[in-house]
Amino acid sequence: MSSAVDTLWLRTIIRYFRSKSRIIESLATPLFFLLILGFGLNSVSTIPGTGHSFIIFLIPGIITMAVLFTSVFSGIQIIWDRQFGFLKETLIAPVSRNSIMIGQTLGGATTAIIEGMIILVLSLFIGGSFPSVLGFLIAISFMVLISISFTSLGIAIASRMEDMYGFQMIMNFLIMPIFFLSGALFPLTNAPTVLKAIAYVNPLTYGVEGIRYGFLGVSAINPLISFAVLTGFCIIMVFLGGYLFNKLKV
Amino acid sequence: MDTIEVEKLSKKFGELVAVNDISFTVKEGEIFGLLGPNGAGKTTTLSILTTLLPPSSGKSFVNNFDVETDKDNVRKSIGMVFQDPTLDDELTAYENMDFHGRLYGVSKEIRKSKVISLLKLVELGDRKDSLVKTFSGGMKRRLEIARGLLHEPKVLFLDEPTLGLDPQTRNKIWEYIKKLNQEKKITIIYTTHYMDEADKLCNRIAIIDHGKIIALDTSQSLKNKIGGDVIIIKTTDQKKLSHSLKDCKWCESVRVHDGSVTINVHNASKRVVEIVNLAEKNKVKIDDIIIHEPSLEDVFLYFTGKTIREQEASGIDNLRKRMMRR
Repeated sequence: MSSAVDTLWLRTIIRYFRSKSRIIESLATPLFFLLILGFGLNSVSTIPGTGHSFIIFLIPGIITMAVLFTSVFSGIQIIWDRQFGFLKETLIAPVSRNSIMIGQTLGGATTAIIEGMIILVLSLFIGGSFPSVLGFLIAISFMVLISISFTSLGIAIASRMEDMYGFQMIMNFLIMPIFFLSGALFPLTNAPTVLKAIAYVNPLTYGVEGIRYGFLGVSAINPLISFAVLTGFCIIMVFLGGYLFNKLKV
Repeated sequence: MDTIEVEKLSKKFGELVAVNDISFTVKEGEIFGLLGPNGAGKTTTLSILTTLLPPSSGKSFVNNFDVETDKDNVRKSIGMVFQDPTLDDELTAYENMDFHGRLYGVSKEIRKSKVISLLKLVELGDRKDSLVKTFSGGMKRRLEIARGLLHEPKVLFLDEPTLGLDPQTRNKIWEYIKKLNQEKKITIIYTTHYMDEADKLCNRIAIIDHGKIIALDTSQSLKNKIGGDVIIIKTTDQKKLSHSLKDCKWCESVRVHDGSVTINVHNASKRVVEIVNLAEKNKVKIDDIIIHEPSLEDVFLYFTGKTIREQEASGIDNLRKRMMRR
């Protein structure tokens, strides 16, 4: 591995474990969703066709949520690096921009997967069950794809943003809709056609469905299709992030 | 041998010409100063030489490598201390150093020993495990200097390294720079707008204004160029006084600015009497007379017609500064 890739990866990991408050903070929202929606709606709905209770259905969605948000945040980290100057230190080093971008992406993806794992473990206490080994591996591989895709997207956005002012807008008008329209919170099978149509063009849907297949053994979309679509999206995002990061000026 | 060669270098940002056709060379082991007001093009020049900005035209070589086509070799040859901190606040001093070493491919064993010794050099040895966010501005600057040296660069670029620091810390940083230059034979390129600092520290100085080098020489030669001593006469009748000095044969130069007339002459203590007599004859009321040996401040005034502070205060320069930040 290039020295820049593992250096930037290590930096992200050290920073992640150093700020305990941020770990808890980023777990809070998914946990609220899981507990409130889960227990709130559990009694009024079972998932048609599978017989799973709503909370069991919801767990993969919330894991996706944790992975998604942590990924985007880590990508956007680059704006802070630019503001506080550290980005210059990396850009002036004798390493390629691509390796910096890859290191940053892998670091962000790793922390996102850790967050997803924490949700997985916590969900065991509210009735969730650990998937089979194969199912676990399937779920993990989808988490990897989601985290790499959305960290790259975060980097792409950050490379085009001057400062943090646009950040809230990105969250409200891009990331939130991607999450809510993905089938993370509701089953797609019986959803209204419009909602379904939107969900099918939303790349995150394929991530959610893949993880769900890993956990429950059933999903609304064939897992192979999910895997293919998400892999394609992931490649596009990595190239987009790399391209925009290469054009970034300090 | 020349460590740095700059040939007809220019940088334009749209309409604005930040660096305008400059050429200079820096010898190995030299402390070279780029002196000029804010917005003169110092930082832009440094950004080009450190591969961060592509030039609009012209060539430049650092350690014999072309800054445009051989970026990696240039980057390996240089250390850079930026005007604003470029440290990771959430990491410790040691980690910041260690990561820098990793990025530059310094081996683990060498990193271990060198990081500690460099931190000691800048007197941060006992703070190596503190997070950088707990450091003062001066400590951060010192840490950056230490970090810039970790990969043993041939050239160290320092962009206003003493800006905003207290006099004590400034003195310390000068000491380090001199020590580095003498002990490690590192070539140092230094930008500043503190005249006294450039005077004390630099072997040669390029005075840069509006993107052009207007004078380049040793501090002493620059001062000799303006012709002898400096007499500053404060008066409300500046025009009248300068007019009456028009035919003065021994005046090297006469300039009106900022409520006073500045005259460069040899043997100022003798000539000042004649000037006073001349003023009296022309009924010019003199408020105050200052005589001193020339400083770089006078050199700047001589070449630009303005003091460095006047230059910085002018609106156009503020505009240039804003454009440069983009």
